[in-house]
Amino acid sequence: MKTRYSFGGDDHIVGEVDTEMSLEAFFKVLLITKLVRAKAIAGVMEVCPANASYMVKFDPDVVAPAGMQEQLQEIERSAGDTDQRIDTRIIELPVYYNDPWTRETLMRFRDRHQDPDSTDLEYAARINGFESIDGFVDAHTGAPWFVSMIGFAAGLPWLYQLVDRSRQLQVPKYIRPRTDTPRQTIGYGGCFTAIYSVRGAGGYQMFGITPVPIFDPRQEVRHLRDSMVFFNPGDIVKFRSMERSEYDRILTDVEAGEYMPTVKTVTFSLDEWQRDIEGYNRKTLEVLYGG
Amino acid sequence: MAVKVISPGLSTTVQDLGRHGYYHLGIPMGGGMDMFALRCANLLVGNDEGAAVLEAVYMGPELEFTSDGHIAVTGADMPFRIDGILQESWACCAVRAGQRLSFEYLKAGARVYIAIAGGIDVPVVLGSRSTYALGGMGGFEGRALKADDLIQVSGSTNNSGKAGRNLPPGYRREQSVMTELRVISGMYVHRLTEESRADFYSDVWKVSTEADRIGYRFMGGHKFSFLEREQPFGAGSDPSNIVDSCYPYGSIQIPGGAEPIVLHRDAVSGGGFAVIGTVISVDMDLIGQLQPNMETRFVEVSMEQALAARKDRRQLLDRARQHLL
Repeated sequence: MKTRYSFGGDDHIVGEVDTEMSLEAFFKVLLITKLVRAKAIAGVMEVCPANASYMVKFDPDVVAPAGMQEQLQEIERSAGDTDQRIDTRIIELPVYYNDPWTRETLMRFRDRHQDPDSTDLEYAARINGFESIDGFVDAHTGAPWFVSMIGFAAGLPWLYQLVDRSRQLQVPKYIRPRTDTPRQTIGYGGCFTAIYSVRGAGGYQMFGITPVPIFDPRQEVRHLRDSMVFFNPGDIVKFRSMERSEYDRILTDVEAGEYMPTVKTVTFSLDEWQRDIEGYNRKTLEVLYGG
Repeated sequence: MAVKVISPGLSTTVQDLGRHGYYHLGIPMGGGMDMFALRCANLLVGNDEGAAVLEAVYMGPELEFTSDGHIAVTGADMPFRIDGILQESWACCAVRAGQRLSFEYLKAGARVYIAIAGGIDVPVVLGSRSTYALGGMGGFEGRALKADDLIQVSGSTNNSGKAGRNLPPGYRREQSVMTELRVISGMYVHRLTEESRADFYSDVWKVSTEADRIGYRFMGGHKFSFLEREQPFGAGSDPSNIVDSCYPYGSIQIPGGAEPIVLHRDAVSGGGFAVIGTVISVDMDLIGQLQPNMETRFVEVSMEQALAARKDRRQLLDRARQHLL
């Protein structure tokens, strides 16, 4: 993996660590952006990690574009060989799959979909070789996910599943984007899950909805009082399928200010995960569900 | 001082120089779409250049002032009146308590900036008073103004406006019939065929009706054609798809290879469409004054030319500052 640099106008530079998605590329992005922040280069205004690339916005009156690129390349060289171990959070997110709200929305936009005669879940299950949507949901909830990017809209996470590439779920985006998506929809495009933090346009397939708010500009929701955005790149998320009754109960608790999502701290080692994916995932989930 | 909204116009929002440092969380910088006009409006009434003002697009609001003060209107050519009497744009004018500001039809450009001596006083959210409507934050209650809103103006103006002082056309940005947006090619432009890349820069593009603070879509040029490749893992199946990545402000993406979209100050911070270049920073203001159906060309420039244009813009702003000292 050799990072390709390209300028975005006169005040952005993008480093593409890899053209394809992998945990290795994502870990390198995490590490480089952490080092760029730590270096506190004069003139740097934004440091934005993405799935397999990152972007720095800078003031070219303070740091010349060519000098900016040299500094990033220097940081990349110095980042060389680390043990790729991060301390992070593991979060359980309950999801009501195949819910009536995303279903109502997707029915309104069938003319923009590859398969107007199925729902998004039915379509995704079929093209990924599952007999039923239950089998697909089992795969989606089985192994945990890495938050590999935040963006598009405020606080919207992209997530990449911690499974071998042969087991990655892949679904194309809508042929033409929708003009509406319910807030907190669990969406899917390419190999990524996305959680829509606000209501709005979107092109990802819609599988379900979570009652847990992930963005609150007023910072009134209990778990968002310290930060209006819930997720950080590097967070690990475990989806859990639930029924309508629990969805309603959580919603009530959220509104009463009594709901707190299950969050634990965990150390994740890319090397150890690569050696034994299933075993390491099991161990990681024990942190979430163990005492 | 406060301002009562009699009618809000099409979409009138509180904006300043924007918020920085939150783009990695998907929160864009926001701020005036025509920064030069926003800064000048503030200078004309004796505010800090970065004070919060009102930005109105295509159609002006009707406002009533609760006490005496000074205002300035800059940006698009949209004549305005105080209690029915026509006033001069790009100039400081006195208003009395109870008087009303109203606008005529838009003649040219897209956005006017209304600065009020003292500056609009709404809470600072993440370092800025700018409205981010998609996220429902900043500005006045996180949204565009509505009738009967009462907008507070800061009383702590240390330099009350001087009626009559103005900024003649020679101190403003030059207008041209055909807008030329200067672009630095890059990012995924190598994914296009030679012809497609050449077409992009030679075609005349028209602003579509999908044009707002998030981005401007252009139409009327050739469809883009991509070089063949096996799509990288995770990118998605369309040749215009990439593994979701960050979008610079001003970046030009081509969803489905159909029509280019240039992201502006309320940009979506990332996504899975190939970007083929980015409009240079000083020409972002030009986009803020484009209205649907206007003809536009994209002109490829080098980094050196972009930096020289930045220097020219700084000199223009310095001249305006000197003139209004």
